[in-house]
Amino acid sequence: MNPLLQLNDVNTHIHDFHILEGISIQVPREGVTVLLGRNGAGKTTTLRTILGFNPPSSGEIRFDEDLINGWAPFRIGSLGIGYVPEDRGIFSGLTVYENLKVAARDGVKEMDRRLEKVFELFPDLKRATKQQAGTLSGGQQQMLALARILVSKNRLLLIDEPSSGLAPIIVDRVAEAISELKKELPILLVEQNYNMAKQIGDNYYIIDQGRCVHEGQMQDLEDKPELKQRYLGVSV
Amino acid sequence: MFDTLFFHLLLNGLAHGMLIFLIASGLSLIFGLMRVVNFTHGSFFMFGAYVGRSIYLATDSFVLAILGGLLFGFVCGGLVERIAIRPFFGNRVQLLLLTLGMMLVMNELVKIIWGPTILRFPRPDYLIGSFMLGDIILPYYRMFIVGFGLVVLVIVYLFLNKTRLGITIRAGVENPEMVQSFGINIKQVFTFTFALGVSLASVGGVISGPFLSVYPEIAMDNILVAIIAVVVGGIGSFGGSVAGSLLIGLINSFGGFYLPQAAMAFNVVLMALVLLVRPQGLFGRGGVAGGR
Ligand SMILES: Nc1ncnc2c1ncn2[C@@H]1O[C@H](COP(=O)(O)OP(=O)(O)O)[C@@H](O)[C@H]1O
Ligand SMILES: [Mg+2]
Repeated sequence: MNPLLQLNDVNTHIHDFHILEGISIQVPREGVTVLLGRNGAGKTTTLRTILGFNPPSSGEIRFDEDLINGWAPFRIGSLGIGYVPEDRGIFSGLTVYENLKVAARDGVKEMDRRLEKVFELFPDLKRATKQQAGTLSGGQQQMLALARILVSKNRLLLIDEPSSGLAPIIVDRVAEAISELKKELPILLVEQNYNMAKQIGDNYYIIDQGRCVHEGQMQDLEDKPELKQRYLGVSV
Repeated sequence: MFDTLFFHLLLNGLAHGMLIFLIASGLSLIFGLMRVVNFTHGSFFMFGAYVGRSIYLATDSFVLAILGGLLFGFVCGGLVERIAIRPFFGNRVQLLLLTLGMMLVMNELVKIIWGPTILRFPRPDYLIGSFMLGDIILPYYRMFIVGFGLVVLVIVYLFLNKTRLGITIRAGVENPEMVQSFGINIKQVFTFTFALGVSLASVGGVISGPFLSVYPEIAMDNILVAIIAVVVGGIGSFGGSVAGSLLIGLINSFGGFYLPQAAMAFNVVLMALVLLVRPQGLFGRGGVAGGR
């Protein structure tokens, strides 16, 4: 089966800086694909390029049947690509429920239908629907960010460093939630926390200085200590 | 004696504050969402007064004048955003100069169409006269302005808090990228918000006409005061624009009575004080220059 999302030799410039230098990746129709790599390697920019926020200067981005490079971000979002940015992108002055409502692309009815399951996954949010999102804890904000992409019919989730800045016990809960999500939706995940990536990832790409330098099955990476040390800073 | 004067100044200040609010609320939302300082806002207030007066004189219906002012502002605001603002989007300096230039053109245009002199905008019969509360005189028209302002305030508040479009506007003030990732065409939201904001200013002009009369300088006078109200209240915050406007209206009314020469200075001092204590304004988040 052809992949759901495909980047072919994508180059991205931000201002005059050449940030992505020919990235090619494929995201299959199921499972978790992990983007690994050091800080500043270009992982976030890869996601932002897919979403149209930093459109590519050359190369091809194909989502299912559509060639989406150059599309406006809202059209790309409408295809069913849900995004959780590194900083969560919570609307802090809005209530939890209002945050979900903005995200309810398929209407409030569809959202309410889906909310039941979402609240099962994140019971904290159910108790806080009327609370201002800015007053939530870091972990709750991450759950809200995840909940927002679950209230509409999405076909692919892009999640950027969901564990960053969270206490270890909360990281476990977020990892559990993402493991649940991966049963239903393909995910492109950026994650620096190697243990979490290992736990939920199926395939990986290692990005370094705007290029893909390695790819493979997540379990095979276990036996490549030199890669882990060189690109991920995991000591052996 | 003190009481009657106090209530007179209070009602005057509230009426003025409501007119400022009708300009400031749109100005604040537009800046918060789009990062555009729309200098034409005062000019649309002025145009609203002229257009409303013409409609009133032609139809003898104040209600039609108000509806006409709303429609005029909504259509012109939408057109200005689509034709003039959108092509320069993202370039703040060009946009600043653009709306400043449009303001100057509009302020001259009005003199060509209606002449440079003060025009009287008669008030409808049913709003002439005063309500007597003991020896306190409460002119109907000023009460009408306050009431009208309150109704608009409640409607806009409900719109911003209860409808998905309104909530999306508030979300866009915080993070327009995220809004787009949810499949929402932010450019349409921009156009709508701009049109809505301009229509509020324009209808404010209509109802100001019988209170302040109609003349070209109301554009400049009011845009400056409204900008101060926005900064005091906190840019992008609707509640802030309410508080800032009423505060400025009251300060002008009381200050203007006791120290007429210093009225504008009071506004500036208030702004300086607020910025010293709370740089983000009374209701704002982040700094005045902060955010994106
Ligand atoms: N807006 C920007 N302007 C200039 N350089 C940027 C911008 N955004 C990212 N970069 C640069 O692009 C490179 C990749 O950044 P990023 O994609 O955020 O890395 P990662 O997510 O892998 O840590 C970094 O060197 C960063 O400094
Ligand atoms: Mg990053």
